[in-house]
Amino acid sequence: MDTSWFVVLSAFIFCIGAAGVMSRRSPLVVLLCLELMLNAGNLALIAFSRMLGNGDGQIFALIVMVVAACEVVIGLGIIVGMFRRRLPIDVDEMSELRG
Amino acid sequence: MLFEQILFFIAAFGAIAGALGVAMLRNPFYSVLALVSHLIALAVLFLLLQAAFLAAAQVVVYAGAVMVLYVFVVAYVGGSDTPLRPTEGGLVNAFGPLVAVAVFVELTIAVVGSSLSGLGGRGPDVDASFGSPEAIGDLLLTKFLLPFEAASLLLLLAAVGAVVLSRKRRGLEDLDAPEGVAG
Repeated sequence: MDTSWFVVLSAFIFCIGAAGVMSRRSPLVVLLCLELMLNAGNLALIAFSRMLGNGDGQIFALIVMVVAACEVVIGLGIIVGMFRRRLPIDVDEMSELRG
Repeated sequence: MLFEQILFFIAAFGAIAGALGVAMLRNPFYSVLALVSHLIALAVLFLLLQAAFLAAAQVVVYAGAVMVLYVFVVAYVGGSDTPLRPTEGGLVNAFGPLVAVAVFVELTIAVVGSSLSGLGGRGPDVDASFGSPEAIGDLLLTKFLLPFEAASLLLLLAAVGAVVLSRKRRGLEDLDAPEGVAG
């Protein structure tokens, strides 16, 4: 398969994720759509790594996975904190993080 | 070659279907399950690109560990059926998908119209060790040692942050108590 197929697919998945981030209201689903965007970036990195025959892009993708895992942990921690404080689980209502 | 193309289109279809499911399903629980199928389809695509170690890491770390975390939080918070879009403000709601479509068209034009000659081919022939755990580990511990250590520090920070964020608020009452009693 040509590399351009993978890159266009990655762009498509990225845009689905971006649309989800912009239009969904539940912070859980916003985090899930962020995962979609990060994974689309990973796919493009690995496709270019294969195109160049160079393994550096795969290391980039691995570091992106680590960052994504950290982001998930902190994001879900904040959501659980919101739930414990009986705050609405809605990104429109939660416009500030003041304790 | 033909087998590779068939596998690519199956995996791409699965990845797109999973992504659409994540963005459009109403129940967050089903969104998480759609993301798991999306991640497994992506792992197949990684295998097609000869990134064997990353495909394995994708399945084990993402589809395994991270998604279990999501499932627990969705079960804890309660996957309430949130409306797909708010009822008021039609024009504002169409804004997000419109921007996404515009970005996709722009990116596609940029990729197809770029003069990168490598995009039209499948890359140079690489030997079987490309993307293997051995090659990744070699790169991580020599050329990318500093990012590797930074990533480990970031993971430690995230773990500490998660403990701080999710501990009971009662943990601070010892500190707040004298002030509360005086007040």
